[in-house]
This record gives sequence, C-alpha cells and structure tokens, in this order.
Amino acid sequence: METAIQTEQTATIREFLQQRIGAEIAFTDEEDIFKLGLVNSLFALELVLFLENTYQVTVENEDLKLEHFSTVNNLSDFISRKKGL
Amino acid sequence: MTIKNIAVIGAGVMGQGVAYQFAKYDYNITLVDISAEILDAAGKNIRNIERLDKLLHKSASTVKVSDKITFTTELSAIGSADFIIENIRENIALKEALYREMKAYIAGHALLAVNTSAVSITRLASFLKHPAQVMGIHFMNPVHLKPTVEVIRGYHTTADTIAATQALLQSVAMTGVVVNDLPGFISNRVLMLTVNEAVFALQDQVAQVADIDKIFRECFGHKMGPLETADLIGLDTILYTLEVLLESYNDTKFRPAPLLKKMVDAGLHGRKTNEGFYKYN
Repeated sequence: METAIQTEQTATIREFLQQRIGAEIAFTDEEDIFKLGLVNSLFALELVLFLENTYQVTVENEDLKLEHFSTVNNLSDFISRKKGL
Repeated sequence: MTIKNIAVIGAGVMGQGVAYQFAKYDYNITLVDISAEILDAAGKNIRNIERLDKLLHKSASTVKVSDKITFTTELSAIGSADFIIENIRENIALKEALYREMKAYIAGHALLAVNTSAVSITRLASFLKHPAQVMGIHFMNPVHLKPTVEVIRGYHTTADTIAATQALLQSVAMTGVVVNDLPGFISNRVLMLTVNEAVFALQDQVAQVADIDKIFRECFGHKMGPLETADLIGLDTILYTLEVLLESYNDTKFRPAPLLKKMVDAGLHGRKTNEGFYKYN
C-alpha cells in the first residue's frame, strides 16, 4: 500500500514532468514517456539530476537503466528503494 | 610501446569527451586545465557523459571513470604520460605558447596528439623536441559516439607514430583515417566552407534557418543541416576555425560571414549557450 510520502513523491515527479513536457499533455503513471515520444532520450539525464537534487540520493552507475526513469511509477518506486521506504 | 598513462590538456567539451573515452577503456588519465573551476565543471560533465552512455547506449564498461581521472592545474604533470592529447582552443597563438611551455615536461618516449580541426601539426611539432612523435587526431563531438576520426600525418611524423596511434585508437573502439597535414585536413576544409556559405545565405535572406537545414537533411540525406551542425560544434569554434583557414591559405573564400561574427559577439555560441541558430532548453 502506498504511503503518504510515496503519494507526495508521485505528485512531485508528475509536477516536474508536466512542467517540462507541457501541462496540457496527458499520460498515465504507467506510460513510458520515452516510448510515447514526449521527451527525447537526453531527458533521462535531466531526470537523474532532478531526482538527486530533490531527494538527496545518489544515482549510482548500476542504477543507470532507462526503465527506472521511464514512467511516473517507476521513478517513484526507484526513489522509494533508494531511500529504503 | 605500452601506453597506460594519458595526459589530456584542455578540459573543455572535447577534452571532457576524450578523457571520458580513454578512462572508460581503463587508461589512467591526467586532465589538465588552467583553473580549478574549469576542472570542477569538467568533472561533473564527464560524470554526466558516463551516465548518459550507460542510460542510452548501455555501456557495459565496469570501469568507474571518476576513479581513472586525476585533475590538475599543473602542466608539469604531463611528464608521467606515455601519450598526450592536447585539446585547447583552436587559436594558433594560444597553442604555440602552450607548446613552447610543454617542451620542458614531455617524456622522451611520449607521443603527442594535437586534437585540432585546422591547426598545422607540422608547425606545432616544430616547437617540441621530437616532431617525429607528434601527430594530429581530429576527434568528433561527442567523442564516445563518433568512432571514426582523422589522424593527421605531420611532415616529420613517422610510420611508427602513426601505427602506435592507430593501435591506441583501436583499443578504445575507434578508427583513424590517415590524412596529410594541410590546414582543415579534409573534414573542416570542406565543412567550414559549407557552414559559412549557409550563414551567408541566411544573412542574404535566401531562406530561413529551418529551411536551409531541411534541404540538406531531406534532399541530400544528411543527418543534420549545416546550421544545426554549427550549433553542435559551437559558433565560436566555427569562427576560430574559419579564421585559421583564412590565415593559412590566404584565400578569401574562408572569410567568416559577418552574421557569424555578430552572433559570436552576442554570445550565441550554439547548444553550449542554449542559443545559436536555434534555441535550446
């Protein structure tokens, strides 16, 4: 079950994505933003830096798999794992 | 000869890319530049190059690149290098001053590559003790995604130097096309004229930016048009390179378009300043 912290995390991630992609663009928490063509692949690095800055985590080399950053849910799960939630 | 230690001089865009590529293949890198701030920024950028390489290209390298690179402002540190790659700005006076200073520090066995798109290898080699051990390597940007480079044979460059350079490039999954030393070699002698003429055409309002590029992409099948290419390379670099070519050949066909000069003066240097012929986020 999703905790309040995780719900807030998901909302923060979505807010960042909507700001960068466009507030009017609709996509679900499960949809792959890269496959949908909403962002180009270089955006993955921006996401890495956003997560590090927002959540004070370090994204290590072994974490650098595109699927961790491809959907709102995956991003949120990734942060939860990194923070041991 | 065994090459283990590589010194990379100049920690700008090209120096960062070169340092990354060789560090990734387990060479020990000494990255030299003139200030701690530049080196600090380079370290962060190299980390991001590594991250993108892993994210997008699934680089399987297990080397942690940051463990392989030492950052320093001391030029004398190049003394421990078996191979030196010099990447400072495409400015003849700056390069000449650097080569005069480097002469005292370079190990007797070391080979030196001038990473340049236009400057004469033969001339820079003349400032060093062993011109036979100097060659040019014209790396492309981004270095780790452009495996084919020009290798330039200076007047005194020996076949052994070229062979060792080719072997080194092969060890980092790259290949050199060997060309002789005349300014601009092949790539930039032809490319810079094309870019410059595209800027003149824009200045003369023959067509708009997007349409000029579209003609190259869609009529000729090029991956990028000349103005997009200029933004990627950097308009300041394009201008420097044209000035070098103009001075070298004394041929007015290389005179830079006034619009190009104006944009450089205005700080519109392309992708690296978020604006050139196009705007970037």
